[in-house]
Amino acid sequence: MKDLLEDIARWQAAGERIAVARVVDIEGSGPREPGAAMAVTASGEVAGSVSGGCVEGAVVGQALAILAGETEPGITTFGYSDDEAFAVGLTCGGTIHLFIEELDW
Amino acid sequence: MTIFEQYATLLRAASPVALATVIDGPGIGAKLLVRPDHDPVGTLGDPELDRVVARDALGELEAARSGVRNYGPAGQTTPEDLLDQPTVRIFIESHAPPPQMWIFGAVDFTAALARVAKVLGYRVTVCDAREVFATRRRFPMADEVRVSWPKPVFDDIGDELGPRDAVCILTHDPKFDVPAVQGALSTRVGYIGVMGSRTTHDRRMERLAEVGIIAPIDVDRLMSPIGLDIGARTPEETAVSICAEIIASRTGRSVPSLRDTTGDIHS
Repeated sequence: MKDLLEDIARWQAAGERIAVARVVDIEGSGPREPGAAMAVTASGEVAGSVSGGCVEGAVVGQALAILAGETEPGITTFGYSDDEAFAVGLTCGGTIHLFIEELDW
Repeated sequence: MTIFEQYATLLRAASPVALATVIDGPGIGAKLLVRPDHDPVGTLGDPELDRVVARDALGELEAARSGVRNYGPAGQTTPEDLLDQPTVRIFIESHAPPPQMWIFGAVDFTAALARVAKVLGYRVTVCDAREVFATRRRFPMADEVRVSWPKPVFDDIGDELGPRDAVCILTHDPKFDVPAVQGALSTRVGYIGVMGSRTTHDRRMERLAEVGIIAPIDVDRLMSPIGLDIGARTPEETAVSICAEIIASRTGRSVPSLRDTTGDIHS
């Protein structure tokens, strides 16, 4: 989260709504450790990363859906064991669990 | 100030802090901000849950670990108490200050070890009693260079050292090695490595025995000779063998430490 603070401060100053996705758990080989985070604004700006670039696109979609009120905040899982693996998978074969929520706290 | 503003301020100041978030179960999204020696800020929805999570978060922070833990809605942690209860899953995100490495002895190997330790994220201090050797100019990569005998250093910072920290004693000189080992053993430091040939090691163990260091609980903490048995030759290779041994001692993996092998140290 630390490396996102500057972008978040700038967006907050501009009155942007922001969603934050954090890696909370990994199974097998995951590219980023728990705590790795990424922030997405309602206008689609992005900072940080939660994998080696494998799932960021899908995370942006999920974050925007949460900001739009279409999806509840919660845990989202990406990985080989998941049905989605072939659509949005991790090339390393691991599984990552993300918690995605609005930064309204 | 919001919890996020307080959290951001602490992160910018590199102060130790843990953020607990309910990621599944009742109260999803609730936050508790936990710091050593301060009252927690926020709530996870139940005072007893707050108390138990704050306690666990301080433990995770000390180990610099982030991860998910499961509780009952009132902080229950034993399986019997959790029957027929919804599970509250909590992500504890730890932000701990960097681990410390203290290198005693401003010798050839010191600069290489300091460099490799910096790559691994340590705050590195080089310490030697000889003013001409312990200079900033020789060790620009270190965070601090201290001219001192070992005892005052351990009197000063001994309480700060913990399981994630490392003490590497590279002097090969019993005048300095013996008090450095004594000082390191008086702390909770996770790794103590002492450099020297197998002959130096044997003589040092005799000197340590003379000052009363004979109990297995002490002797077993010493990685001596320091490093893994990978046939390292140069200071840089030796630095890698030392840092790899430190990683293995933290993760508990079984690796060929020089301490547990025989034969030539350098290939």
